Amino acid sequence: MTNYIGKSVKRVEDKRFITGQGNYTDDIKIPNMVHAYIVRSPYAHAHVKNIDTAEALKVPGVVSILTGADIPEAIAGVPCGWQVDFKNGDTMKEPPHPLLVRGTVRHVGDGVAVVMAETKAIAKDAADLIDVDYDVLDAVADPKKAAEPGAPQVHPDCPGNLCFDWELGNPKEEVAAALASAHHVTELDFVNQRVVPNAMETRGVVAQYDTAYDKYTIWTSTQNPHLIRLLMCAFVLGIPEHKVRVVGPDVGGGFGSKIFHYAEEALLVWASKHIGRPIKWTCDRSEAFMTDAHGRDHNSNAKMGFDKDGKIVALQATTFANLGAYLSTFAPAVPTYLHGTLMQGLYTTPKVNVDVKAMFTHTNAVDAYRGAGRPEATYLLERLLDLAALEMDMDPAELRLKNFIPAFDGVEQPGYQTQVALQYDSGNYEPVLKRALEMVGYENFRKDQAAALSTNKILGIGFSTYIEACGIAPSAVVGALGARAGLFESAQVRVQPTGKVSVYTGSHSHGQGHETTFAQIVADKMGIALEDVEIIHGDSDSVAFGMGTYGSRSLAVGGSAIVKSIEKVLDKGAKVAAHLLEASVDDLDYAEGKWTVKGTDKSVSFGDVSLTAYVPHNYPEGLEPGLDFSSFYDPANFTYPFGAHIAIVEIDKETGATKLLRFIAVDDVGNVINPMIVDGQIHGGLAQGIGQAMHEGALYDDTGQLINGSYMDYCMPRADDFPSFEIDRTVTPCPHNPLGVKGAGEAGCIGSTPAVVNAVVDALWKAGYKVKDIPMPMTPERVWTAMQG
Amino acid sequence: MIPISFNYKKASSVDEALSLMTDDAKILGGGHSLIPALKLRLNSVDTLIDISKIENIKGINDNAQSVTVGGGATHASIASNSALAKAAPMMAEAAHTIGDRQVRNMGTIGGSIAHADPAADWPAVLLASDANVVIKNKTGQREVDIDQFFTGFYETALADGEIITAIRIPKTAYNANSVYEKFKQPASRFAIVGIAAAAEMDGNVVKALRIGVTGLAEVAFRPMEVEKELIGKELTEANIDAALGTIANGVSVMGDHYASEKYRTHLAKVYTKRALLRLK
Repeated sequence: MTNYIGKSVKRVEDKRFITGQGNYTDDIKIPNMVHAYIVRSPYAHAHVKNIDTAEALKVPGVVSILTGADIPEAIAGVPCGWQVDFKNGDTMKEPPHPLLVRGTVRHVGDGVAVVMAETKAIAKDAADLIDVDYDVLDAVADPKKAAEPGAPQVHPDCPGNLCFDWELGNPKEEVAAALASAHHVTELDFVNQRVVPNAMETRGVVAQYDTAYDKYTIWTSTQNPHLIRLLMCAFVLGIPEHKVRVVGPDVGGGFGSKIFHYAEEALLVWASKHIGRPIKWTCDRSEAFMTDAHGRDHNSNAKMGFDKDGKIVALQATTFANLGAYLSTFAPAVPTYLHGTLMQGLYTTPKVNVDVKAMFTHTNAVDAYRGAGRPEATYLLERLLDLAALEMDMDPAELRLKNFIPAFDGVEQPGYQTQVALQYDSGNYEPVLKRALEMVGYENFRKDQAAALSTNKILGIGFSTYIEACGIAPSAVVGALGARAGLFESAQVRVQPTGKVSVYTGSHSHGQGHETTFAQIVADKMGIALEDVEIIHGDSDSVAFGMGTYGSRSLAVGGSAIVKSIEKVLDKGAKVAAHLLEASVDDLDYAEGKWTVKGTDKSVSFGDVSLTAYVPHNYPEGLEPGLDFSSFYDPANFTYPFGAHIAIVEIDKETGATKLLRFIAVDDVGNVINPMIVDGQIHGGLAQGIGQAMHEGALYDDTGQLINGSYMDYCMPRADDFPSFEIDRTVTPCPHNPLGVKGAGEAGCIGSTPAVVNAVVDALWKAGYKVKDIPMPMTPERVWTAMQG
Repeated sequence: MIPISFNYKKASSVDEALSLMTDDAKILGGGHSLIPALKLRLNSVDTLIDISKIENIKGINDNAQSVTVGGGATHASIASNSALAKAAPMMAEAAHTIGDRQVRNMGTIGGSIAHADPAADWPAVLLASDANVVIKNKTGQREVDIDQFFTGFYETALADGEIITAIRIPKTAYNANSVYEKFKQPASRFAIVGIAAAAEMDGNVVKALRIGVTGLAEVAFRPMEVEKELIGKELTEANIDAALGTIANGVSVMGDHYASEKYRTHLAKVYTKRALLRLK
């Protein structure tokens, strides 16, 4: 009996990773390859008056040095993949983003020149000799300051540094009226700080032009090979897509930062033909800090109104979102359709308005980072709820239970229509919170907390009950919301003559374990051994098409496409089997890898059917040979995972040092294919979400310098910063995809951040320090300062 | 992360290393400060003379009057040394808090104090221990009292062309009763403040006391007034609180995005108190 779904099958890809046999972009070596090093601006804003490369060109081993002036005018800049227009209908401001700057640098790390040499060391030595004459200008790094009159302008054609303004939900006046008549209004100004994704493998590109076939190949550390090809070919270089092969080989993490098309990709592809040699570029860690698209960076004000029973009556959220100096691929979508649309949370809030101003600043681009907009929305809502509970002297758990949307399965009961555009697919919110409360031992904790008040180590508890939109999703919907691409997925299931199965998926695994999870689905549905399935991904010449992996979409969308192809394979296989068994298709059952005539012991195996399909000597008339099907799956809706997270912290009153004592996460990600992998995804997400609350945060000073761009200064969370996570799940299947799955990649990161901050505020509040907010990351000094009054 | 090219020479003895020294050369110990600086091109060097393979400066020797720690001893070897655990337990305690296991396995005490990072752990511990630094140069050997060794921000009494071959930790009653308390910068795990304290007690009363403070100021130092104030007193919270007011007297307190001057000074007091309260 093959039964893989729901089992913690060990990851088949781990053998090559653990034994050092992974093949990452920097492992790729091509004869005659040169190494590129990119000269980057040390200033946030400056005119480039002159670039003198004469001395650098004399360094032995230097092959070529190119600047923006060397790139033909016909080559466009890096495009944006999403358009969000102004409230009044004006088109979104979309300033040019050249592959290398032409005249003005707009953030620290902006590319000024590329040096190509026989070794990376030579390229770097030569780069040190390039004399760039900068005329340094005033800069602005903060999105709110960028909106002030007289702020330094990032782009000449974007007055007020505004990319667009945007609004969603009920009319503002209605929300204002509801707030005005509310029994209590909780209001908070807060910053969801900028974080640096820090994938373990830095970005890298290898580009090769083959004169024999007039074809380019690019290996790039990406989450999204086909979209990179589309954007680069159609919008930047003007090269026909069939003349470009994009490979995303083994990729060591992305967290969103590798979804996007980066200038280095197009630059190297173009330059590989220009100089007639293959080129490799591998990003240094310092460069990664400066140039990998960052996450978050919202500056918000929010007001939540309650009636006297604690029912939420209205929410007004106003946000300045920092997009950085240039528009990254999905940047406009993150603070809008991935953020504003989640502002109802799990609650029945009748009036919601979200107002967003998307700002240009002299900083690195901000785009989707694990959760992308949904963590920011969750942070805002969940901070307000715990704070409101403190202010109204209500229990934060009770307050949530009062406001939850009642259970609906999306089948018997319809999906839930929010005030902010989305229709949730299925949800049952009370059980996750109640399970989390049970796990934490809530009543006992409150006793411990009271007892600790007389000591130097005070305790706090924080809640977060979140919802997210995953499986991003129906192409028609995202198109209406401004996406310039579809968001379906493709899958090809190719049965080999011997019954072994190769699956080509448009999803891209860079840590998620697709090679295992997808194989479990295939083996289970086809009734064959896991070892007989191979998952192939990441190569645009192998896989028909793909929309890549992000937004927890791989299983819900990519996995569903695989299921569609499996169904086609089995339908055709049944015809072959029926012919061999001299029975009607309707009389056959398929189980455990064989077709059996109902009520008999007459059967034929999947392997025999496969062989027959490729050696069709005795074969149904009119049926094509072969057993190989492709499918494209475009879902009916997003999926909506949800959960309840609880943090317990201990604060050293003398120093403000905060220790996370316990973290409880009860998540509902729909059906689960591989529990171990889902647990791993939850754990990783929690580490990132808690990391943002307690440790991480990119710091730009007023001149636009990134002042903590190294691991000596930017604190990544480590294993010893965490307790052992206590996790559990409920299962509310997704009603609209064939696997009933919702996606698990981002849940941990979306739910956890506010729980930790809420716990610290709870500890302080209960100890008599009535502070509303501790800015993230909650460094000891910030917590200590809050206790100084 | 590729340094400007340099020559590399591996010395098999201290004398050989000294003979290889030129004006443009630098000594390479465990490499945990110098190599990153070279890779970031914050620093460049003509020649690196690697002394990490010289066996006779790596040992820790238990003598009658002192424990002699080789300049090439790694943090890990100090952390696990039984003679030091007895003679100066703060040594092992501090060694355990340095970086991570990989850093402790490579980094050396001699390299660390020669570099004199104002947030490094060893300066506080060695100041508290009244150590002597044994230094060799082309003309011979000299010993520097630790109180004269750290002279400024990344500055020491070490002259060009000199190598730290050993650090002598005297076997004293106060070193046998010593502790190290550290508040870590969470990213680098260097000290925001690190306090080493060593006391000889006469019953409940302090007979001799040495305190080393790192991280607080531009150079590690001893808060002499605090030490003096507590001589002849019991280490009670009240006495300690009364003495701590002067801890930052005369020093230039550092501040950064992680810990301001005010907060650092506060932490120095809290951690000094915690260290002193642990002394028996």
